[in-house]
Amino acid sequence: MIAQTWWMTHRQLKALLRQPAVLVITLVQPIVWLFLFGNLFRHIIELPGFGSGSYLDYLVPGVVVMNAVSSSMWSGMGVIDEIDRGTLNRFLTTPVSRGAIMNANVIVQAVSVAFQSVMIVLLGWAAGARFPNGAAGPVALVVASILLGTTFSALSNVMGMTLRQRESIIGLSIFLLLPLTFLSTAFMARSLMPGWMQAIASVNPVNWALESARGALAASVDWGTMLVHGSWLLVLAAALVWFATRTFRTYQRTV
Amino acid sequence: MQIEAHDLVKTYPQGVRALDGLSISIPQATVFGLLGPNGAGKSTAIKILTTLARPDSGRATVAGHDVLAHPDRVRRAIGVVAQRSGTDPMATGRDNLTLQGRLYGLGGTDLKHRVAELLERFDLTDAADRPVRTFSGGMQRRLDVALGLVHAPAVLFLDEPTTGLDPEARTALWAEIERLSADERLTILLTTHYLEEADRLADRLAIVDRGRVVVEGTPDVLKGELRGDAVHVELRSTANEGALRPVIGGVPGIVDVTVDGRRVSARADDGAAAVPGILAALDRAGVAVATVTVARPSLDDVYLRHVGRRFADADRAISHTDDSDADTLVGAGTGGHR
Repeated sequence: MIAQTWWMTHRQLKALLRQPAVLVITLVQPIVWLFLFGNLFRHIIELPGFGSGSYLDYLVPGVVVMNAVSSSMWSGMGVIDEIDRGTLNRFLTTPVSRGAIMNANVIVQAVSVAFQSVMIVLLGWAAGARFPNGAAGPVALVVASILLGTTFSALSNVMGMTLRQRESIIGLSIFLLLPLTFLSTAFMARSLMPGWMQAIASVNPVNWALESARGALAASVDWGTMLVHGSWLLVLAAALVWFATRTFRTYQRTV
Repeated sequence: MQIEAHDLVKTYPQGVRALDGLSISIPQATVFGLLGPNGAGKSTAIKILTTLARPDSGRATVAGHDVLAHPDRVRRAIGVVAQRSGTDPMATGRDNLTLQGRLYGLGGTDLKHRVAELLERFDLTDAADRPVRTFSGGMQRRLDVALGLVHAPAVLFLDEPTTGLDPEARTALWAEIERLSADERLTILLTTHYLEEADRLADRLAIVDRGRVVVEGTPDVLKGELRGDAVHVELRSTANEGALRPVIGGVPGIVDVTVDGRRVSARADDGAAAVPGILAALDRAGVAVATVTVARPSLDDVYLRHVGRRFADADRAISHTDDSDADTLVGAGTGGHR
């Protein structure tokens, strides 16, 4: 299965590398968020209790995480393309394991999320954002974004395989992206949120990613927060990949 | 038997009964054709035999392995060329073939040689390193067949292999399929809605209608069962079937009369000799005739006899998108070779 996963991943990475422009274009949106929100909400940090040096420092993890969600939610489109083309059916009649097919899908998504996250961190840094712990904080942030991306790309793959309509993927993105991002600490400190929002944020995976990243980015690293939220995220990502692999059975009932 | 299916039943969630007790047995090194109009259940049968779909009931073995109990063993033994291409358009032909080989556990120089050999054999060597999206329809289809052969399977499934190809590409692919069955002793299950294709390629064939096999045999035996020649009369206007049948049936030597709108078909031991009698009878009944043709029995006549309607009509009734296609294939089918 590991060899099969590698070859299936290799296939998609090669396709990705053939169109490097796509990766660059996907960066436009997070850059816009970074500079738009960075300027628009610049004075938020002056609110009592916000507690951050500069809003840009605070915003970079928010944009990294939002980008991970938004770009991974489109992953199911690729699955629908492969179903329409007959490629998925071709693979399903070879001995390749279903796990390898799904792993490859989420790994490719994880690789592109990792690339985008690193680029956003670097751009944020170039614009003046600073991270007190050297590389450790940004690395934790990128890892959290990968786990979050894996979660949402598996979810998007499930929707692609079961509903097989592009509209449903677009719907997923519209329905989930903004609420999940704004019901988290992406743009606003937790202590300044209304109580009900804080309650939702505590069960929001997007917020788990932020909490664990912010734990590592803090001047004094909060290992507890980082590890607890990071583990929840890891468990959720693994559960969704497993579920997505199981979804092949549902798919095969309808072919 | 390399492929055996017993009583396969499959109903899709929307309540469409795609297979309704389909059974077939295919011995080794046979090209077996499943012939039927679009929607007859051919593709569903292939999906079950290639482990893609599961039947509601019934059982099947392929290359000696049960498709439900040991799908993995079946997958190792079969090559599948599905209706939809399934190639990766962004990857090159060579990459597509190499990946396919790796999924079967091949690798190293063996795989390299196998890929080169297949590219050569399917006349794709020059285009091998171009992305597949730049391939013509015929090249694309040849690559599909090559993909199905990478691991040298014992059984090959070809689902509508030449649909959408121009006549030249179709003939070339037919020659290649004939070579596969002759040289490599492959067992091939071929579905088609081209009568001519079934006639040319299949050692044995089964006509499928509404999810079950209505008749099975070699093309020659099936055509031989039809006595004599087919006589087709095209009328100037639609006739009353009940009134017309005894008129023509009364002509000496005429059997199996069917009336379908303006088209009347019948069988005669000697078609040419029967024509004057038919024309005289129609004239007496006051029915105006547009054309009369006499032909050797074709698979279309076999289809008409067993299913009760013309192949093209059945095809058109189910698929409104494919009219022009259906017309050309009947033209080909009534060409009159025995």
